[in-house]
Amino acid sequence: MHRRYLGPLAALLVLGGCATSQDLVVLLPDKDGKVGKVFVRNPKGDATLDTAYAAARTSGGGVKRDTASRDEVKDVFGSALTAMPPRPISFTLYFESGTDEFTDQSKQEVKRVLAEMARRQAPEITVIGHTDQVGPDPTNDALSLQRAERVKSILVGMGIPPTRILTAGRGRREPLVRTADGVSEPRNRRVEISVR
Amino acid sequence: MQAIRLIDVRRFVLALALALGFAPVAGLAVDIAQFKVAKGAVYLERGGKRMPAYVGTHLQATDVVVTGADGAAGITFIDNSLLSVGPNSVLQIERYAFNSTTHEGVFDTTLSRGTLSMVSGKIAKQSPDAVKVRTPSSILGVRGTEFLVRVAE
Repeated sequence: MHRRYLGPLAALLVLGGCATSQDLVVLLPDKDGKVGKVFVRNPKGDATLDTAYAAARTSGGGVKRDTASRDEVKDVFGSALTAMPPRPISFTLYFESGTDEFTDQSKQEVKRVLAEMARRQAPEITVIGHTDQVGPDPTNDALSLQRAERVKSILVGMGIPPTRILTAGRGRREPLVRTADGVSEPRNRRVEISVR
Repeated sequence: MQAIRLIDVRRFVLALALALGFAPVAGLAVDIAQFKVAKGAVYLERGGKRMPAYVGTHLQATDVVVTGADGAAGITFIDNSLLSVGPNSVLQIERYAFNSTTHEGVFDTTLSRGTLSMVSGKIAKQSPDAVKVRTPSSILGVRGTEFLVRVAE
């Protein structure tokens, strides 16, 4: 009976020994050169990374703040970095006022969406509706989702498989142009297509 | 006969879940990401079963991505988070949830072995403490946006 517990117990002890895995964490600048922030913590220490190529190294338990060279990044992370998927890209569509018709400019934009999908492996899109600052959240959430669903059906009609399309209603949370509450702003009544 | 009964059971479970107020999301597995890159040996483990992963293979929360000595894989999530793993890597998606209206969500992963490159997406932008990466010895809180992690034994 006791013997049964020895296996898992031994595994636990081994895991406990491995808990001092040697980790390396490196913060990279994003494509615009901006840098985010990553906190690294373990039972014996912590570090905040907030500059480009700032690094945290853990060995023997603590967290040592350091800098990684570009060569080290290439050596250690080269394979992972070359396997990164392409960045998602957003396109914005507008309608002729009060209709389901895209503006002429938006018709061109739809062609760019199709071209972008053709360039990608296993492409998917999210169609995201946005409203202006008129009306309460629940109304705008429903309205923006309805408009996204309409655009989805247009895109399906153009031959994009429905399984590759998600829809979302972002309501009034993400205006393109900041306005006061209650302002009717056509530039905010839009549908965004995120291609990934 | 048997098949029909199985379908009935599934329908009943779904109806029950809906009646109890669970969104179908809670009861049924949902695709949250897709492989966009797969080079060499790349596998997906789900429910204790290992299968090869290809470009276009979908992922669900709690899936494990495993690469061999010549393997590397790139994955895009529905919140536009991107990640890739290099050779000899084991990465588990522990928890993933994304509300496409509010952008609230959670994204917890564990890198047990190997290398990870990540570009955080809409979840991290909305909720600074919602994205975490664990290693066998440490925990990373991600405020954005691009970073690398290696776990060496």
